Amino acid sequence: MSDASDLSGGEESQEDVLTPAELITKLEEAWLNEKFSPELLENKSELVECVMEQLTHMEENLQRVRKGDVKASVHRMEIDRIRFVLSSFLRSRLQKIEKFFPHVLEKEKSRADGDPSFLSPEEFAFAKEYLANTEVYLRTVALKHMPPNLQSIDMLKAVPEPCLDSFVFLRVKERQENILVEPETDEQREYVVDLDEGSQHLMRYRIIAPLVANGAVQLI
Amino acid sequence: MFCEKSVELIRELHRMGDGQLPAFNEDSIRQVLEEMKALYEPEQNQSDVNEAKTEGKSELIPSIKFRHCCLLRNQRCISAYLYDRLLRIRALRWEYGSVLPTAIRFHMCAEEMEWFNQYKKSLATYMRSIGGEEGLDITQDMKPPKSLYIEVRCLKDHGEFEIDDGTVILLKKNSQHFLPRWKCEQLIRQGVLEHVIS
Repeated sequence: MSDASDLSGGEESQEDVLTPAELITKLEEAWLNEKFSPELLENKSELVECVMEQLTHMEENLQRVRKGDVKASVHRMEIDRIRFVLSSFLRSRLQKIEKFFPHVLEKEKSRADGDPSFLSPEEFAFAKEYLANTEVYLRTVALKHMPPNLQSIDMLKAVPEPCLDSFVFLRVKERQENILVEPETDEQREYVVDLDEGSQHLMRYRIIAPLVANGAVQLI
Repeated sequence: MFCEKSVELIRELHRMGDGQLPAFNEDSIRQVLEEMKALYEPEQNQSDVNEAKTEGKSELIPSIKFRHCCLLRNQRCISAYLYDRLLRIRALRWEYGSVLPTAIRFHMCAEEMEWFNQYKKSLATYMRSIGGEEGLDITQDMKPPKSLYIEVRCLKDHGEFEIDDGTVILLKKNSQHFLPRWKCEQLIRQGVLEHVIS
């Protein structure tokens, strides 16, 4: 990426201007976290926008390179790889939105104004359309032909919730102290662990969920 | 035995693994709905319920409860059957693209087709909105890129095909070409091209 220039942030300057390499690292981290987390994570619209800009930039550079030059192939591969990671990231999110759609919408509805949004506006629109589409379908084909007291289904009860107790592998980026671990069996008691920087663990997602959100651990 | 037909619907789907979509079993669904109507009738006529309430004939209550359980089970089975079919249909969009093969379309009822069309539209709107400019087709790039160019064999006549640098390739049945991978992905999934791994 030697000929791509620095990106100016469209974001608030909590972060400094990201170099392309840092941007792609962030994308890969977000991608892995989203892939391995059982629930939908915070949305990363700015990251997506920046990566798209970067891809457009790289495509333009590619046009200027002489055809048949070896550099062109390498750049092409790079563009393909980044586009794959971005697509895979967005697909993970969409799959979770579809799988848990009533819960995702409920969470968004009950979110306080200041809290970060889990869905981008476009994802929110998609989720609402998905809910409406499915409800209309079920009603038309079956529910409206049923006895009056059975003509609706509570989607929140009917569609399973994400299993927050599933185990995930993680690597610690910032040292954490006094993480409370629930007992697995009746004989055990709850205990605390310290997570050292760089160490890797296998734990229930529920325990470390807030640490994923604030970037202290990375799911692998 | 009540609820047998609705459980049979579930079994039918369970038998077809791999996300295949069997034909829409309109007959069975109709029979289940009729069974539900028959189960509800005593409630509708209110005769049993009234008798239980006013005349204190509490021995009717177990049968009322039983019928209600059957109704709930039927509702649950039908909903599960329909919802599972929707999930399979959703997977078809990602597998085959916007246009479904005719064989599969015959297995779908009109309402399922409508759901599919709406889903396609929602997905397209979402994809167009990604990144704020032209969007990104996330139904492409399903596998990590291993190589730039791949050897493909043409399985059907597909006519002319233009690649990025302007060259036009004629895709005739059984011809083999060395093409950029990203251009071939969708054609491979649709069955027009076949990736030749030597």
